[in-house]
Amino acid sequence: MKIGVLMKQVPDTETKIRIKDDASGIVVDGIKWVMNPYDEYAVEEALRIKEKKAGSTVTIISMGPKRSVETIRTGLAMGADSGILIDDPALEGADCYATAKALAKVMEPENFDLILCGKQAIDDDSAQVPQMVAEFLGMPQAMVIDKLVVSDDGKKATCYRRIEGGAKEVLEVDLPAIVAAEKGLNEPRYASLPGIMKAKSKPFKEINLGALGLKAEEVGAKGAKLKVKKYFLPAEKAPGKIIPGEPEDAARALVKMLREEAKVV
Amino acid sequence: MVFEPSAELKQFLETIRKFVEKECYPVEMEIEEKGEVPEHIIKGLCQLGLFGVTTPTEYGGLGLSIIDYCLILIELSRTNAAVRSQITTNNGVGSKGILFDGTEEQKKKYLPSLASGEKMASFALTEPGAGSDASAISTTAVKKGSNWAINGTKYFITNAPRASIFTVLALTDKEKRARGGITAFIVEKGTPGLVIGKIFKAMGNVGSKPAEVIFEDCQVPEENIIGGPKMVGQGFRTAMKSLNEARITLSASMIGFAERALKLARDYAKIRVQFGKPIAENQAIQWMLADSATEIYASRCMLFDAAARVDAGQKVDAMCSMTKVFASEMLCRVTDRSLQIHGGTGYIKESPIEHLYRDARMFRIVEGTSEIQRMIIARDVLKD
Repeated sequence: MKIGVLMKQVPDTETKIRIKDDASGIVVDGIKWVMNPYDEYAVEEALRIKEKKAGSTVTIISMGPKRSVETIRTGLAMGADSGILIDDPALEGADCYATAKALAKVMEPENFDLILCGKQAIDDDSAQVPQMVAEFLGMPQAMVIDKLVVSDDGKKATCYRRIEGGAKEVLEVDLPAIVAAEKGLNEPRYASLPGIMKAKSKPFKEINLGALGLKAEEVGAKGAKLKVKKYFLPAEKAPGKIIPGEPEDAARALVKMLREEAKVV
Repeated sequence: MVFEPSAELKQFLETIRKFVEKECYPVEMEIEEKGEVPEHIIKGLCQLGLFGVTTPTEYGGLGLSIIDYCLILIELSRTNAAVRSQITTNNGVGSKGILFDGTEEQKKKYLPSLASGEKMASFALTEPGAGSDASAISTTAVKKGSNWAINGTKYFITNAPRASIFTVLALTDKEKRARGGITAFIVEKGTPGLVIGKIFKAMGNVGSKPAEVIFEDCQVPEENIIGGPKMVGQGFRTAMKSLNEARITLSASMIGFAERALKLARDYAKIRVQFGKPIAENQAIQWMLADSATEIYASRCMLFDAAARVDAGQKVDAMCSMTKVFASEMLCRVTDRSLQIHGGTGYIKESPIEHLYRDARMFRIVEGTSEIQRMIIARDVLKD
């Protein structure tokens, strides 16, 4: 099977986010960059399928600045076979639509049997790119999946996801399809040192918009359908209140507060 | 001297840090309570290749230098001491004897399974009557036909309950002792007469399971002498070579522990508010943090200098001892200050500094006490 994995480099989950003075974005100096945790599940799942199906390959595709190379290398060190980075200054300011368009374009000639990705990236939390990529490529999509079974002949995939009420929804899709990973799909492996050493010599290519046959107006800030007006931090959370006293009295006081102060009941 | 690891090693160190924070931190209390490192942690260490860091690649290891291994140990020592203990016998005293002095057959037979972590190695030298004076061992090995029969009791043997392969030091000539009378044997688990005795409950390093290892007419074939029959009587030198290197790598761990202790103290001092301000704003606290940071830096400089010399093949026993004595005493001061900064909170079992403080105390004793190190250093100073 030929498997593609969409991966995004994001700030480490422990990062203390600071906003630029002009509110146009976040301050990136000193940020530690990591693989989007949901994409890690996607890489791991791809590797597990590869281990089961002889002759399979895993390609990691990312769009982002030069530094994303390091994160692609992490995926290669985990065991993926090759990597592609779309890097072009004109992509600065791309929204989900423009990103999906560029990613779809790069994947088109690859003819993947299966495309895996995280359900969302933890930086912008948009959760839109996978669906849009599926539309651009005309593929079935299965989103927020926590269990994936590919049929022996590699023609179908059964995808499981949690839905409201504690129930599971089971989707069957014809391959090729795009499947977006939810937490719980697997436990991603760590890149071993031999894996890291091998990653150095694995095929990796960087392509720009010209090579893709896309114009900046289509996929960069100019092609974006969504404009960011400003960034700001959420208001600081007020400290919690502890209501003392006997349970009955405390409950009564709580209801009173919910009604009169919070006005939610 | 600025020491910069390679880009690949840096990435690997980052992976280990992530492993420690994601996998080890959540089970720290469990390790303390159950006295055991969970299986999934050990599996993770195997998967990362950490059981054969310095083992040459031809025997299935990563083939890294001592200085690289030190960097790895610094990262891996940001959690309970018992986690690092899992890998240190296979990387160190448990395998180094075979690597340094073993025959090619012995290396091929044992090193790959130790490097992969499939098997665990243990080093049995210490005895109830032979600690700092290692040459005072009373375990004997007597030739019986083509076998050697080992009798005696070893004490405080790290990783013994899990071990499959033991390097055992035994007297083969009571007169000669350290000068040609001690021999190193490889004894495999399951050999009749090899019994794991009591598992000691230690003050710290909980989960490393130091145990008693008893030999009752335990017979091993002659080919199990490290280096073969020609090495009869040469085991003490083999053991000492292994221990010298361990002094350096052990110091690396101490730096990892100390850095964690300092970080815990710093983080706590910044959020703990007393008299209307974080205690980190008090000069008394600041000086403790500054002293700790300074001493850690000094230890790091000593470590990297000594490790680079070991890698370059220089004979630097005194420098290894200086690093070990300084780093272990530094660690005790740093953990003590960190606990002091934590106040009552640090004295509670749920607080990581509580077990770090207990773990720290071990390092002034193991692999040569502070007093033995000073003896080695003084001998070097006085030699000319």
